[in-house]
Amino acid sequence: MLRRSLLATAAASLASLALPRLSGAAEPPGDRQILHVLDRLAFGPTQEDLAHVRSVGIERYIAEQLNPKTIPEPPELAARLAELETLSLDPIELFLRYGPALPGIGMKPSPEEAKARRETARIIVQEAARARVLRARYSPRQLEQVMVDFWFNHFNVFALKGLDHLWIGAYEASAIRPHALGRFGDLLLATARHPAMLFYLDNWENSAPGSKMPFGREAGINENYARELMELHTLGVDGGYTQADVVALAEILTGWGLARPRMPPPDRSGFYFDPSRHQWGKKEFLGREIAPGGVAEGVEALDMLAKSPATARHIAGKLARYFVADAPPRALVERLSARFQESDGDIAAVLQTLFASREFHDSTAAKYKSPYRYVLSAVRAAGVPVNNPRPLLGTMARLGQPLYFCATPDGYKDSEDAWLSPDATVMRVSFATALASGRLPLQAKPAPEGPVVAAAAATAEPVDAAPLDSLLAPAISERTRAALAAAPVELRAALILGSPDFMRR
Amino acid sequence: MRRRDFLLGSAGAALIPLGNGAWAASAGNSGPSRLVVVMLRGAVDGLNVVVPYGEDAYYAARPTIAVPKPDAAEGAAVALDGHFALHPALNALMPLWQTKQLAFIHAAGSPDPTRSHFDAQLFIENGTPGRRVTADGWMNRLLASLPGAANGVPGPTSALAIGANLPQILKGRLPVANLPLGPAAANKLAIDRPEVAQAFDRLYDTDDPIGRAYRQGRAARTELIAGLNSEQQMADNGAPLPNTFPTQAARLAGLITRDRNIRLAFVSLGGWDTHVRQGSHSGQLADRLRPLGQGLAALAQGLGKDWADTVVIVISEFGRTARENGDAGTDHGHGNALWVLGGPVRGGRVYGEWPGLAPAALYEGRDLAATTDYRAALAAVIARHLRLSDRALTQIFPDFAPARSDIDGIIA
Repeated sequence: MLRRSLLATAAASLASLALPRLSGAAEPPGDRQILHVLDRLAFGPTQEDLAHVRSVGIERYIAEQLNPKTIPEPPELAARLAELETLSLDPIELFLRYGPALPGIGMKPSPEEAKARRETARIIVQEAARARVLRARYSPRQLEQVMVDFWFNHFNVFALKGLDHLWIGAYEASAIRPHALGRFGDLLLATARHPAMLFYLDNWENSAPGSKMPFGREAGINENYARELMELHTLGVDGGYTQADVVALAEILTGWGLARPRMPPPDRSGFYFDPSRHQWGKKEFLGREIAPGGVAEGVEALDMLAKSPATARHIAGKLARYFVADAPPRALVERLSARFQESDGDIAAVLQTLFASREFHDSTAAKYKSPYRYVLSAVRAAGVPVNNPRPLLGTMARLGQPLYFCATPDGYKDSEDAWLSPDATVMRVSFATALASGRLPLQAKPAPEGPVVAAAAATAEPVDAAPLDSLLAPAISERTRAALAAAPVELRAALILGSPDFMRR
Repeated sequence: MRRRDFLLGSAGAALIPLGNGAWAASAGNSGPSRLVVVMLRGAVDGLNVVVPYGEDAYYAARPTIAVPKPDAAEGAAVALDGHFALHPALNALMPLWQTKQLAFIHAAGSPDPTRSHFDAQLFIENGTPGRRVTADGWMNRLLASLPGAANGVPGPTSALAIGANLPQILKGRLPVANLPLGPAAANKLAIDRPEVAQAFDRLYDTDDPIGRAYRQGRAARTELIAGLNSEQQMADNGAPLPNTFPTQAARLAGLITRDRNIRLAFVSLGGWDTHVRQGSHSGQLADRLRPLGQGLAALAQGLGKDWADTVVIVISEFGRTARENGDAGTDHGHGNALWVLGGPVRGGRVYGEWPGLAPAALYEGRDLAATTDYRAALAAVIARHLRLSDRALTQIFPDFAPARSDIDGIIA
């Protein structure tokens, strides 16, 4: 059996020499490795990115990506993002403009009015999603986009929970994006203080027993955020905390809540610490005594969590799974964990160690793409212009990964196990075929309402297989190449984008 | 040779219609027994589903969210017996209770103490509490153990997960199908065009996970979509139905009655993690329970005479705290009620040993204790309903030997 497969491999590689390529492009040494780097640091290669890495080299590219501010953004992208008005509004402004009408002032809104306001507010999530897709498609700061996705997912909030539809875009813009390559402790604190997280995991109501919420309702301890903060955001489920620590952390975080929109806020963040709902008194948390200090107790606890070796291991493991393999080498995780601790949670420093590792370089095509990545990498490789992201968002949703609509705080998994399924496979090849044939209305004016794939008039050109083939050539297997050779010419681009090779990164 | 077998066993066989009852005939059963598992992800509050109204401690622990007693003027729970009552939002299930086709096993739960949703769901699905590394799910092991499985490879739709992804509970060695049953389920795809299918069939003709997933997807689509199309044309009259659980359940019933090969089905519903203002007889939890009850009733109705061979289990990863929290909600707890309904069920009864809600009886001083291991409950149902040997049960739930109890009689 072993002998036979060796022979078969040898035969296949001989055959490959004889098979004509669709394009005559020569293949400079190292292109496979460039594709690998673009499959991990970026949402897959584009013609432009491949050319850029060929010219500056892989090491320089990685260094650039770790310092995104040094990479100029195209003015066209900036101009299109500037059109999205809700992206620049702060949480207070979003609440006042798009939130439910306030009780206590005039009439309570009728159900119709409330529904109409919710409808109007849908623009917020639509604009956030549009910005996400445009940046992923066009921004040369690809690693930043990748890390925004990674951290948003790590600190997931759900657009359909209560008021969170108001704050999805603001959360990403102010809590996630500024820290995506920064310090983990800053990122953690920014998420903990953001109205989107305070609302999503109910901490805005977490109060000392017997205290009262602004409109007089009784409130008490709520463990939800405290538990997920340790289990998912920091220590990990095996991080060594107990039920008593969950309760202690919940007590520490009592009073961390939302600013009241009619009161002059101390700042525009939407965060407000309510001392009257804080449980005063000392607490014992993770074996340390926390002295009564109001909001400072929470800051201290978050700092303890950010600096814990368990957090370093948890985050290092998650980064290694995301960037290297579903079951990453233990030695790598240990090195990343050590780097995390030495650097006080400097995310770029940890990634630098990761990208320089042998394990990273040796993990070509080890990962199965999530639906989000699969869809984005297809439009990038095909070079298809995107103006209307709805067909892409619809496909992500149909594949089980709707953007901003993950209901649970663990976020989406990033493993083959989570995404490879019979239904997903036929859906992916069907998407690839529709994309390659030019039948997705991606260039249409963005139409927020109406069917996702409106009567598919072939307005766009079909994708040309030749440049696609030359871009991806080093990552196309001989089996795929044989199937391409046997297929009708008009299906070749579809087959490349729908191939098993392109499902991996 | 191996390759030829492989193709015949998966894609080849799938593309040839097997005909109604082919599976059952080969298994030699009178009719194909089916199992549907509904998982409520997020930990449903079982104490407000099957309400221990006969217990003062229940009302003491839940001053604002307890469901009123059956004799209350407003929002009364519906009495099941002298001690338990059903949440009124589940009224749609009462006909099944009255005809003894609905039972509950109360205070069921995991021997593992975790209050993590994600670990607890994993343990429910892989069937090995405390062991995360078990790679497959108990329903896939069950599929391998079904009488008749040895006579041939199960068909491409023997086990069906409703949804875009394969849940852990169905992962494993044997192929299973998955399909979301939303309004767009039956929409045409590029892969339905013969020339596209032919080109991709060639590309995916590999014996690896991705090739197998592809063939399984093609085969399941061929079988299931035909059924969905005819069902939707009949039922929808062209207008899209809302994507609610009752609609999905009716679709599932349609699929099961048309495709005799479906033996196991799984669907999960989210939104049960009610930490804040869960309500009592009305409110957030009631609004989630109502469509669930209506959907289960629609499933029973849609299955028609096939209901006689079908058992539905409703399970959640753990229960919620006995006491309400500071925000009129409940936090993560332990024991819960497990629901069992179907034609073969000896229903009209709440099974299990009730530990009570007195402070000393609570698990870690806060949660309903679990007196029945969830595996014992599942084993009691599937062993008799699906005619499994003891040996098969130990493969489905390894390292577990259930003690005999009255739950063993839950299936006629």
